[in-house]
Amino acid sequence: MGLLDQRFEHSNIIITSTDSLLNWARLSSIWPIQFGLACCAIEMMATGASHYDLDRFGTFFRASPRQADAMIVAGTVTLKMASRIKVLYDQMAEPRYVISMGSCSNCGGPYWEHGYHVLKGVDRVIPVDVFIPGCPPRPEALLEGLLKLQEKIRGESLAKKRPA
Amino acid sequence: MIPQEIYDTLKGTFGEAILESKLDGVLDPWITIAPERVKDIARFLRDDERMQFDALMLLTGMDYTKGRLGVVYHLHSMKWNHKIVLKTVVAAEQPHVQSVEAIWKTANWHEREAFDMYGVLFDGHPDLRRILMPDDWEGFPLRKDYQVPEFYNGMKVPY
Repeated sequence: MGLLDQRFEHSNIIITSTDSLLNWARLSSIWPIQFGLACCAIEMMATGASHYDLDRFGTFFRASPRQADAMIVAGTVTLKMASRIKVLYDQMAEPRYVISMGSCSNCGGPYWEHGYHVLKGVDRVIPVDVFIPGCPPRPEALLEGLLKLQEKIRGESLAKKRPA
Repeated sequence: MIPQEIYDTLKGTFGEAILESKLDGVLDPWITIAPERVKDIARFLRDDERMQFDALMLLTGMDYTKGRLGVVYHLHSMKWNHKIVLKTVVAAEQPHVQSVEAIWKTANWHEREAFDMYGVLFDGHPDLRRILMPDDWEGFPLRKDYQVPEFYNGMKVPY
């Protein structure tokens, strides 16, 4: 409660809209499913470690898609992996979000021309909310991607249905 | 042993099965052998007192084009610290090569990879199936005449 700490002398009442409250809660605890596909995953691990510290955004990795809100596709999506990613995405509870991290996952990256085994963009199998460019993106870029996702969640309304 | 001595010993033992060689002026001296004698030669190279090639460093497939496929074996002897490269060439319509899995266990996955990428059939391999590509993949991607499919399981493949 860093922002509200020490601001109130007595047990006061705060008035807010349901959407703001729920969105604040959701965007402050984005739990991505824990998996990495290639070298981008190394940067993702660095982002999760103490120096960049994803935890300060309430973000930490969950080992089960059932407990995850987001998926960070970190690395080259091979055709063999693509169907598995689709299954993992389908197993996540809604509302769910996808961050595509790095050039491979965005568009095939260096494999765009001769990569017979590479899916040229993970958005060909699952919808993507945030694309992060880079090869691989630095931890700062991943953090900014996460902040972009938070911005997106902040503008949503749970009362309205998300497009499937 | 120097490559020339290895070649002479092999030629003396296997004669007709030893085809070509290039022993000087290359980083890895190589000897071409007949595909139907691969296993005998491999066993000799591993077990012979003078050879003792106890390590298969590398096994890979090759596409020499014009209907020829090949397999390349890089051998090393920990005992004598000498090396040799074996090559064998087969026709692409009937790419049968004897498996050396029974001689060097390393060959198990290497032969599966050569099968996966080039379609070389290793006779006597205990479990010859794809190792990298999905099981339902069609074609052998590292062959020179390989055409990338338009779709795989409903996913568009080209950029």
